[in-house]
Amino acid sequence: MQPLAVNHHSLVNALGRGTSASLQGLRSATSGLRRCDFLDVGIETYIGRVDGIEDEPVVARLRAFDCRNNRLAMLGLAADGFESAVAAARARYGAHRIAVIIGTSTSAILETEVAYRQRDAEGRLPGHFNFRTTHDNYSVTQFVRSYLGLQGPSMTISTACSSSAKVFASASRLIQAGFCDAAVVGGVDSLCMTTLYGFASLEVLSSRPCRPADADRSGISIGEAAGFALLEKTGDDDTPRLLGYGESSDAYHMSSPHPEGAGARRAMASALQRSGLGPEQIDYINLHGTATRANDSAEDLAVSGLFGSATPCSSTKGWTGHTLGAAGITEALLSCLCLREGRLPASLNTVTVDPDFKMNVLLESRDQPVRHVLSNSFGFGGNNCSLVFGYPEK
Amino acid sequence: MIVHVKGIAVMGPGIEHWDALRSHLLTGTPLAPDVQPRPQGSILPGTERRRASTTVKMAVDVAQAALRQSGLKAEDAAVVFASANGDTNTIHQICEALATPERMVSPTRFHNSVHNAAAGYWSIASGSMQPSSSLAAWTGTFAAALVEAAAQCIGDDIPVILAVFDTPFPEPLAACAPGHQPFALALVLDRQPENSLAALRLAVAPDTGLPASAMADPELEPLRCDSSASRSLPLLAAIAAGSTGDDLIFDYVEGLQLRVGLAG
Repeated sequence: MQPLAVNHHSLVNALGRGTSASLQGLRSATSGLRRCDFLDVGIETYIGRVDGIEDEPVVARLRAFDCRNNRLAMLGLAADGFESAVAAARARYGAHRIAVIIGTSTSAILETEVAYRQRDAEGRLPGHFNFRTTHDNYSVTQFVRSYLGLQGPSMTISTACSSSAKVFASASRLIQAGFCDAAVVGGVDSLCMTTLYGFASLEVLSSRPCRPADADRSGISIGEAAGFALLEKTGDDDTPRLLGYGESSDAYHMSSPHPEGAGARRAMASALQRSGLGPEQIDYINLHGTATRANDSAEDLAVSGLFGSATPCSSTKGWTGHTLGAAGITEALLSCLCLREGRLPASLNTVTVDPDFKMNVLLESRDQPVRHVLSNSFGFGGNNCSLVFGYPEK
Repeated sequence: MIVHVKGIAVMGPGIEHWDALRSHLLTGTPLAPDVQPRPQGSILPGTERRRASTTVKMAVDVAQAALRQSGLKAEDAAVVFASANGDTNTIHQICEALATPERMVSPTRFHNSVHNAAAGYWSIASGSMQPSSSLAAWTGTFAAALVEAAAQCIGDDIPVILAVFDTPFPEPLAACAPGHQPFALALVLDRQPENSLAALRLAVAPDTGLPASAMADPELEPLRCDSSASRSLPLLAAIAAGSTGDDLIFDYVEGLQLRVGLAG
């Protein structure tokens, strides 16, 4: 495929606001996870919560969109000079030529959850509740598009935990088709009761900080995050490129991965094929690595089946938690940081790698030249997406 | 961009299937607007059929019917399943459960609440491991999904089953979102012209202030305005008639319109 330059990006997650906060977290091996202190949720678990959302409403001109999810989106747009980079791109291409494609799994369902508790005696929702600008699936995308003053093709992708990986594939196709010249892609998912109680009902919430690929892993830690990237056809030589994407379905089960990782393997193979790279040319794999028993086992089979046992792998969810609809872009951008920094992060919190695993899970971070990385995102419904990033050939 | 339509299916109030709508549009055969669709989800295995909601059954029913007409195989086609708000009843039930002191969310209800539930059930039922996507864009969902499906069909060189479906929210959310009648349609898109039912020429253009194309049929115009999925009706009418005249204009996202013509 025609590579796309990841010219600007921003990250906000439990490690803090801006790329420097994520980088510092990765360097210092400090987890962003904390014991669950979200609202009155009484579940024994750890969460990756972003500080300060409660105190920072969205800009006055978009006041109707004010809610936790859109506030988190705004923190992401304000970080890393992203907003001004997009303004410059808008001047170059025109507002109609830049697409906005955002992934989210639950949008601002928290607003509806709270409003349902505030129903009156006749069952009516409170007057201040505005579904369209908060919970509706398109709300966050409309908010981002309005905030950035963009008018190009736009949609929300919602495929659970692969949502904001698939935004890269869609952006690539829309640019290739000529529907736009550039794209703002992103992912935003915020803490809510649906996911905390929902994953608890599936018995996959860990009572400790998650330990991906560990022999003693016991489930996920939910996090919240926003991430954005500006994708263009050209960029400097030292700017990472999206080199390939691969998508697949498990065709197996709604909430359990294919036990042999058949769908995951297919997505990785397709991403490699589009990138024109062989498995041996990938220097690092950012695993989906949720730390559930089933996910990590299936991913090990898929990764070791395709790559063998040499390629260094890790999950960064020990730092950020599983940020669900924002996981794809969070981990894609962390993978791009690995390229830039020449650093492979360890799988934080992992003590003893599952003895049945064949893939090469990093227990220590290390510095080495990195040219190509692959990032995995798999979701409910057996929805898989793998992305390959790297530097352009000189 | 030009894509070929190989299969069409539709389901809505008074509209049992594509042939009924087509015959109404061409010859005036009356529709029965009080007859609500009763999706069967017949492609789903027994366990999944019991777990799947009406919303999911509508989505897989139209996808299956359109695929059958196309003569293509499920395992050869990617899917784009689009809906403004997906499984509306399940979302309501979860919010209701979370408003009780127990906050018990059933595992099945939770996995049914993801926007890509229909796509997941489709791949399980059909055995297809091809890519599947699920998207939303308020009342522009149909236009956004057609753009995405066409771009994937041409760019990734793969037939795409596009299904767009909306079911109403129950109270108290009913008034909060568009779509008060269930409606679903599916198109199978392909880049190969053989056995094409219609060739669509798609263009994305700045909004010039022209309104979206309306239905000439006064019975169907209110239905067109109801949901994101039913906003596809002018395209179905044009395909039935074999021509569009001027390009059709569809509601998309603010500042932008989708224009679709039937190519020669």
